[in-house]
Amino acid sequence: MFVYADNAATTCVSKAALDAMLPYLTEQYGNPSSLYSFGQKAKEALEASRETIARCINADPKEITFTSGGSEADNQAIVSAARLGARKGKKHIISTQFEHHAVLHTLNRLEKEGFEVTLLDPHPDGVILVEDVANALRDDTCLVTIMFANNEIGTVQPIAEIGALCRERKVLFHTDAVQAAGHMPIDVKAMNIDMLSMSGHKFHAPKGVGVLYAKRGTVLTNIIDGGAQERGKRAGTENVAGIVAMAAALKESCDNMEENTAKIIPMRDKLFSELSKIPHSKINGSLEHHVPGTVNMCFEGIEGESLLLMLDDQGICASSGSACTSGSLDPSHVLLSIGLPHEVAHGSLRLSIGEYNNMEQIDHIIEVVPKVVEYLRSISPVWDELEKGELKHLI
Amino acid sequence: MALYSDKVMDHFRNPRNLGKLDDADGIGEVGNAKCGDIMRMYIKVDDGIITDVKFNTFGCGSAIATSSMATELIKGKPVEEALELSNKAVVEALDGLPTHKIHCSVLAEEAVRAAVKDYYDKNGIAYDPEMFKEKDDPHEAGCEV
Repeated sequence: MFVYADNAATTCVSKAALDAMLPYLTEQYGNPSSLYSFGQKAKEALEASRETIARCINADPKEITFTSGGSEADNQAIVSAARLGARKGKKHIISTQFEHHAVLHTLNRLEKEGFEVTLLDPHPDGVILVEDVANALRDDTCLVTIMFANNEIGTVQPIAEIGALCRERKVLFHTDAVQAAGHMPIDVKAMNIDMLSMSGHKFHAPKGVGVLYAKRGTVLTNIIDGGAQERGKRAGTENVAGIVAMAAALKESCDNMEENTAKIIPMRDKLFSELSKIPHSKINGSLEHHVPGTVNMCFEGIEGESLLLMLDDQGICASSGSACTSGSLDPSHVLLSIGLPHEVAHGSLRLSIGEYNNMEQIDHIIEVVPKVVEYLRSISPVWDELEKGELKHLI
Repeated sequence: MALYSDKVMDHFRNPRNLGKLDDADGIGEVGNAKCGDIMRMYIKVDDGIITDVKFNTFGCGSAIATSSMATELIKGKPVEEALELSNKAVVEALDGLPTHKIHCSVLAEEAVRAAVKDYYDKNGIAYDPEMFKEKDDPHEAGCEV
């Protein structure tokens, strides 16, 4: 049985998205910047997509800029806020330890340019405390950037509260909503969000297309210079087909959100309850503040990459925060940020499910994972020492 | 291209000489759980020949595969020959490893050497300590313990 359980990495393109985009690859391939009607047809599709996407998050179409994806949107949002801040002599930015690297690496770059960055530690349950944000705010803070939902552990942050705080303190607030868009209700007005990033392929649009929402009056700095597309704020001929697909996919996801969530939650809960029966396992991240489909757990005494390879042999696609899977020396910065010891973080497993999964697949995962964990423990010298009491169990 | 060669996947899926030796003459353990890999190797020695070898590994696919291959390469060999086993030989026998996984082969080589050293120590066999000087391993150096 093939089970795709890595929807936080990417998703399949939905039929609605594919049907919507195909004409813009074949018959309607005009350039939206061309003045003849064939080009203007593409322009109309682009603007209709902008409206659709704006409606999904309660924004104005003029506040939507199309990008190549979530990373570009994050880069542009943060750099724009930094430039606006620098003009007023404000060069302090608040973010968190467990952001996506698109945010963290952009902040690193700004630090080298003389900005000061405060990275807040999440609470061990994977949630940022609003009071920590309040305490970190300074007179020279120009931006607060905190993700809507964490990509690895699925915890949802108190975005509306942080938004209200930032609005009151007149500090720009950006949120990387790549894991939330299409999966959770987003209202940029009610939540006082000034800037927000989305990535199409996380909600059944193709890869290579994303959105930066920027509240009216938030002046954007170009990351890509060139032609006057996107009101001069993002050069390059628009990915019309991708954008049309993204609008169709987001609308479909938002229209069916309740129904999808109602389908996903029992599957997720079954994964949590059944996999928790594995001794010395741990659920990562608060279950109370959680996106519907993400399950992140650690199993002591084993290493994540070998777990993934064995799951792959059983048809299960999943991911892990072990150092070996990241290609770096340390395990996931997200798992370390919530206080997991290195040796525990190496044995992590992320399963992210969506509305395309079914209970039969969940049962397959539940049947396979405990056996694989048991096997890997049986060949693990670490587990041997844990069992003999030579090492202390950490979870 | 797949992440690993067919040989690596074969040794990962069907590790040779997996397990423990209750009557081992030498046991070597290398690596660190914090860094994400530990190998433990058991050897049985008769008349200077490694007659049996087993291993246990906590680690990624290539850590398991390199341990398995290392045991194959030293089984039936004189102890001195086992000491000559290089990580390069393990990598070649596995038809290569991704660059960032070369470290695993170094660990496999060290596990063999640690088991031999333990055998020497337990049996009062004299050796030049220089032989067991630790090699530089950028992975272990980089992984903060």
